[in-house]
Amino acid sequence: MTSLLEISNLRVSFPTDDGDVHAVDNLSLTLNAGETVAIVGESGSGKTVTSLSVMGLHNPRSTKLSGSIKIPDGDQVIDVVNDDPEKVRNMRGRVMSMIFQDPMSSLHPYFRIGKQLAEAYLVHNPGKKEDAKKRTVEMLDLVGIPEPAKRAKDYPHQFSGGMRQRVMIAMALMNTPRVLIADEPTTALDVTVQAQILTLMQGIQKEFNMGILLITHDLGVVAAVADRVSVMYAGNIVEQGSADDIFYRPMAPYTVGLLNSVPKISYGEKQRLQSIAGQPPSLINLPSGCAFSPRCTYIQSAPAGSCAATLPDLVGISPSHVSRCHIPESDRPQVFSHVAGGK
Amino acid sequence: MLTFVSRRLVYAAITLLIVSMAVYAIFAILPFDPAALTCGQHCTALVIRANRIKLGFDKPLWEQYWMFLHGVFAGRTYGVGSAAFHCPAPAFGYSFNDNMCVTELLQQKLPITLSVAIGALILWLIVGVGLGILAARFKGRWPDTASSVFVLFGTSLPVFVTGLFLLIWVSIKWKIIPISFLGYVSVFSDPIGFVKLFILPWITLAFAFAALYTRFTRASILETLGEDYIRTARAKGLSEKKVLRIHTFRAALAPIVTLASLDFAGLIGGAILTETIFNLPGIGQWTLRSVYEFNLPVVVCTTILAAGVVIIMNLIVDMLYAVLDPRVRI
Repeated sequence: MTSLLEISNLRVSFPTDDGDVHAVDNLSLTLNAGETVAIVGESGSGKTVTSLSVMGLHNPRSTKLSGSIKIPDGDQVIDVVNDDPEKVRNMRGRVMSMIFQDPMSSLHPYFRIGKQLAEAYLVHNPGKKEDAKKRTVEMLDLVGIPEPAKRAKDYPHQFSGGMRQRVMIAMALMNTPRVLIADEPTTALDVTVQAQILTLMQGIQKEFNMGILLITHDLGVVAAVADRVSVMYAGNIVEQGSADDIFYRPMAPYTVGLLNSVPKISYGEKQRLQSIAGQPPSLINLPSGCAFSPRCTYIQSAPAGSCAATLPDLVGISPSHVSRCHIPESDRPQVFSHVAGGK
Repeated sequence: MLTFVSRRLVYAAITLLIVSMAVYAIFAILPFDPAALTCGQHCTALVIRANRIKLGFDKPLWEQYWMFLHGVFAGRTYGVGSAAFHCPAPAFGYSFNDNMCVTELLQQKLPITLSVAIGALILWLIVGVGLGILAARFKGRWPDTASSVFVLFGTSLPVFVTGLFLLIWVSIKWKIIPISFLGYVSVFSDPIGFVKLFILPWITLAFAFAALYTRFTRASILETLGEDYIRTARAKGLSEKKVLRIHTFRAALAPIVTLASLDFAGLIGGAILTETIFNLPGIGQWTLRSVYEFNLPVVVCTTILAAGVVIIMNLIVDMLYAVLDPRVRI
């Protein structure tokens, strides 16, 4: 196995009284060393569920997983879906780490951050208290916290939001993981701080040659850091390709809608912001056929009735660029021509 | 911290002063003559007059209150000459019904109520918090269901039902813990006798409280388990046991400290029903009787005690909370 993470045919569903709710359907994805893969989509599209599944942090009593999530650990390859949860736990924080959306609530309010960081190290290196202390200060220093030895004795509430996210990153790095999952790491931060955190993550990625799985709905963030992008809608990947493919040659109507929804500074005064009409569908009651079809503005361009009948397959435009749409591929550049997107 | 505590102590003193004034005022507007209640059947106009002067009821109200305050700090002597009697400080007055200084009576009653309250507190914390943890840990499985049955009974059975049930069955019918006629024994002089005397009152009180605490603990733990920082702890690779023990309990149990101290304070004011059922001559029974008998000095004393305990427990809770939660450090 050459990649750091290989998700194939992942299916996540929550059994409810009204039947299974498929939060993620047939998702495949790979992540290589030194690479940033972004998963983009609206709330409820299944991106966070995907990231939690990769960490094995789903609730085993209320979640059904199928497919496989393979992560190499030394000479062996662990499958998060099918292997013993204890094996997965042993990898968490060591082989793969995660940083979360809200640094305000993700750190334990009762413990000094030094203790929380050291704990992350001690889980996988039991008894090595001195090393843990040293490593804590090193990592705090690495993520740009001034006076790290002194600050390690502070409590989370004594840090600002951006500093707390740095602490979270330091915590995730305690065991030099190969895979870093960042679930909307900058969403809760000020714009100025967002850029700092992204730069920090890129620097660290280079230093450790990590693979980063970036979960976000912010296309600006994607444009800044992602190498490859997967766009999700209602639990399905609707388009997957290089960042350039997604931004300059979008091939799925949903991607086009997302790109058009980004406010542009070049808009005239008091021009209405563009949005995708309608609401994301309820996963319990998905529209038949293509889940996006009720909101799709290009539905006339597709063969009549096809959108409501079947979900289109994820078809390759090029080996690295795949998308789902019933509109004939040759027609799409012209149909989507008014895309305002781009970097 | 020191300024915080001293400021709070000053507030406490002011509150207690106001409470005692209020109790005095209530008794002053009641339409009865306190002096007439000091001698029962043998009252003659002369005795009433003598007692009125002896106890200072002939003086204006503010002066009576001043004498009371003075007595609290300096002790108080009633009457003059050979008939005089003295209550040493802190004197809360003299109870004619018992022919004793109130403070002396308090010294007899308080250990009993404290024994009931402390024992019950320990018992209900162990049972309530323990069951709450189990219920949260095995949510939706049989320990959770079993604990909700316990909660149902605990919250719906009043103290006088469980108390009487225990008394009738355990003490009288089954004779497992026979009724003791020896009166109060200290835990230090006779630990076994002490437990025998108090175990049923403890169970009675703890049963009702433990049910509430089970519910509360369960809810608090489940809420904490949904916190983002618990997900972070799991993401570190910590075992579920450590996630619960290190990260969940401290945060989940902090509010229980508040609840427990206030419930405890309430019991010091008197667990009237429990004390009555098991015939324990504690503060609760004493207060109740004194209210019936218009025994002003006793009512003032127990009211101040109850208010004082609530204030002090609040202060302790605030300090404990600061220890538990660094965000409220003072």
